[in-house]
Amino acid sequence: MVTRILKKVYLYLVFLFLYAPIFVLVIYSFNDSKSRGHWGGFTLKWYAALFQDREIAQAVYHTVLIAIISSVVATIIGTAAAIGIQNMKKINKVIILNLSYLPVLNPDIVTGVSLMILFIFMKAFTGVGLGFTTMLLAHITFNIPYVILSVMPKLKQLDKNLYEAALDLGAKPGYALRKVIIPEIMPGIITGFLLAFTLSIDDFVISFFTTGSGVSNLSIYIYSMARRGINPKINALSTIMFVLVLILLIIVNLRLSKDKENSKDLKVNSSLKRRES
Amino acid sequence: MKKTWYAYPYVVWLLIFIVVPLLLIVYYAFTVTTNEGIRFTLENITRLRDPIYLKVFLRSVWLALISTLACLLIGYPVALILASREYRKKRFLALLFVIPMWINFLVRTYAWMTLLEKNSAINVILNFLKLPPLNILYTDQAVVLGMVYNFLPFMVLPIYSVLVKLDKSIIEAAEDLGANYFITLRKIIIPLSLPGVMSGITMVFMPAITTFVISRLLGGGHYTLIGNLIEQQFIFTGDWNFGSALSFVLMILILLSMLVMRKYDKDYEGGGAIW
Repeated sequence: MVTRILKKVYLYLVFLFLYAPIFVLVIYSFNDSKSRGHWGGFTLKWYAALFQDREIAQAVYHTVLIAIISSVVATIIGTAAAIGIQNMKKINKVIILNLSYLPVLNPDIVTGVSLMILFIFMKAFTGVGLGFTTMLLAHITFNIPYVILSVMPKLKQLDKNLYEAALDLGAKPGYALRKVIIPEIMPGIITGFLLAFTLSIDDFVISFFTTGSGVSNLSIYIYSMARRGINPKINALSTIMFVLVLILLIIVNLRLSKDKENSKDLKVNSSLKRRES
Repeated sequence: MKKTWYAYPYVVWLLIFIVVPLLLIVYYAFTVTTNEGIRFTLENITRLRDPIYLKVFLRSVWLALISTLACLLIGYPVALILASREYRKKRFLALLFVIPMWINFLVRTYAWMTLLEKNSAINVILNFLKLPPLNILYTDQAVVLGMVYNFLPFMVLPIYSVLVKLDKSIIEAAEDLGANYFITLRKIIIPLSLPGVMSGITMVFMPAITTFVISRLLGGGHYTLIGNLIEQQFIFTGDWNFGSALSFVLMILILLSMLVMRKYDKDYEGGGAIW
């Protein structure tokens, strides 16, 4: 009994540690006084200031645009790459997969500075300086491996005979790919896309090194503001971001649990296999 | 199925944006530009022996180690408690643990700036209780706190996922044979959860040793950690050679420790034999 209470208290303390900073942040976003020491009454003025800030609007625009473009491009290149790699000879497969793991394993800061060197180097030939384009290229680069990592297991599970059966029944290779292989590996593609999208939205380090003056995403904006000290506008921005994440997670989880209940009685076998992958 | 050409666009991409940049890092790390031209050298690497840089390097390793240890000590019991809950509650509690991970990293770090400054909420409460105020912003403690806060879920989740899959009948067998809870924990649960612990340690140590955001926002100063040193070389000083040498050393360090950790992680089923 005592240990049960102790366990509970411990768990709540850790949750307090995790959530208290966030709630304090949220509360201060409504504080009329700029000093954190005392409560100057409820206000929405920091939110109003936030929506009038053109720099923030720009940062949001860049963040979302880069996330969409980079995740779509990475999903297309990555899925095609996964299909190609799957059919390669063992030795090529190992080499390419290991090279693909490099940006996943490498510290972000190393990936960031290495791309920065490349982009500055390439400027002599292409004339494209650090900015939106280079940041987008960097995001596509670090997103592709995650798409490949999500699609590969699905390809491994795929029954080879399915594709051959389609060909035997008269489907052209392209048609068989569209109608047989792509639908089968779709869950992996979607996972890869979502992963790429969230990684891109959240990225700071690689963006920080690959962007130029004037082009920033939300993380870079928060960093440059926070470096100068505390600013209630960041609190307001953080609160909005927190609420959005919360809503998104709740929706995803409701959908997941619904899916689970629907398919609970279906083949136990297949779900076991999926978990193993 | 002869569709290997599907991978060609990616192979080109891989060469340009992953292989070439890393080669550039190696190139800059081992060369120096003088009046006579570019020549091969090791002095960028040996500059790390300079006491100033050596101190930064050791300090990064030290702070990352402390944070990893703290995450393990705080996180292991959490994983244990979460895993022992009944199914419905377990899912909800695990979700509660995941939510902070989804909040932007910068926001999470910034939150502690608000909490640790002089007239923060914590100090108002401490003052009210007639306790001495907490003044740790811009110190090593604040940096470690920031690391633990940001990376704790990376420790808990891998351990949790191993513990959840643990065969309950083994634990029951140990209890039937007369082992009390602590013996079961020491002899059964902890050894079986080691793969989770290992990947937890890797997942906390790696970002902790490379971070430059936490040290900049919560640690203040300029030369605090190796990440800041690299940032300094590339953004302000423009000394690409030394910056590349630092990145190169950091990269080798990380890849080597990955290699060591992988030996323990039997569950790993990724790409290949090299890493």
